[in-house]
Amino acid sequence: MLSRTAKIPLVSSHPEVYEPCDDSFALVDALLADRTNLLQHHPSICMEIGCGSGYVITSLAVMLGHEGSIPYYIATDINPHAIRVTRETMDAHGVYAELVNTDITSGLEKRLAGSVDVLVVNPPYVPTPEEEVGCEGIVSAWAGGENGRSVIDRILPAADNLLSDRGWLYMVTLTANNPSEICLEMRNKGYASRIVLQRSTEEESLHIIKFWRDSDCQLELKNLNYWTKLVRS
Amino acid sequence: MRLLTHNMLSSNIKGVANRFPLKIEVVKVVEKEVDFNIDFLKNMFHKVEWKALAEASRTMGYTELPETADATMLDSDDFLHKFHHALLELHLEEGALVCPETGRKFPVNKGIPNMLLHEDEV
Ligand SMILES: C[S@@+](CC[C@H](N)C(=O)[O-])C[C@H]1O[C@@H](n2cnc3c(N)ncnc32)[C@H](O)[C@@H]1O
Repeated sequence: MLSRTAKIPLVSSHPEVYEPCDDSFALVDALLADRTNLLQHHPSICMEIGCGSGYVITSLAVMLGHEGSIPYYIATDINPHAIRVTRETMDAHGVYAELVNTDITSGLEKRLAGSVDVLVVNPPYVPTPEEEVGCEGIVSAWAGGENGRSVIDRILPAADNLLSDRGWLYMVTLTANNPSEICLEMRNKGYASRIVLQRSTEEESLHIIKFWRDSDCQLELKNLNYWTKLVRS
Repeated sequence: MRLLTHNMLSSNIKGVANRFPLKIEVVKVVEKEVDFNIDFLKNMFHKVEWKALAEASRTMGYTELPETADATMLDSDDFLHKFHHALLELHLEEGALVCPETGRKFPVNKGIPNMLLHEDEV
């Protein structure tokens, strides 16, 4: 049978790049479980923020394939080694993505706004001292600051800006990140959400959450704004 | 880096008003063939800033794109193929992207643009 994810022996590595781990596998399993929906969704642009070894974006490209130039895959990472390793991993699987070495989506937010149909993120989510967030090297691959939310809280508005009207976001979270609060925040931006996969390992309890723009949420939001205004006046 | 990606990138330096398009400095261009997909092109036509694409492709040595374009041209096979080639098959492999306002260079090595900022630019 044809493989539907990236093959671990073909995933390139570097001492300062995050190796595929339980969280990466959970995210790819969640995408694989949703593959039929993803194929029917016919995304034009698929993106990953924080691609690391390239395992996730490569798996996505392997499971969705290319029909000519569609979808257009694009991935970012703040770590230049990760970007190079991702290129090697993708080459080894015969797939292609555009890669940008940047902080979250910096430089893309203006022109790519409202264009991304599928966005996948396995962010640095581990609760750590704030100083460890974004420092050089491997630590920045997991260091998430207070409640592991420092980078996540910057990714959510960036995701909201980039997602198209029919855009889907898949994100890894840890219980310590307070996923229900994240869902509520996204609800206030007009997104519905669902936990598509839950997995407990020895060390952590992971949730993969899928978000999508929902007209009901948006309507509710409008009503809510209306009532708050009315009550205040 | 494909020119579609160039078309989606702007200078991210704090306080800059004129961010787009980034000028291209070419050291090396490579061409990689990809399958033609008409729906994708039609979809992207509405997202692409045409002038920026036409100028970028000229800088990369491809002079076939017209100065201006409108949606009626999407009926022409010849036009679509040129658009396809410029948007997806020309890669900036080595060079730089230059902020139109400050002249700050964002290097492109092995096809990867580096948009990371120095502390005083954020
Ligand atoms: C938990 S790792 C996930 C790597 C890979 N996607 C996977 O699932 O195996 C998080 C990745 O995000 C990157 N990262 C951390 N902070 C970032 C930021 N501010 N902008 C972009 N990428 C970032 C790290 O370099 C690292 O590669």
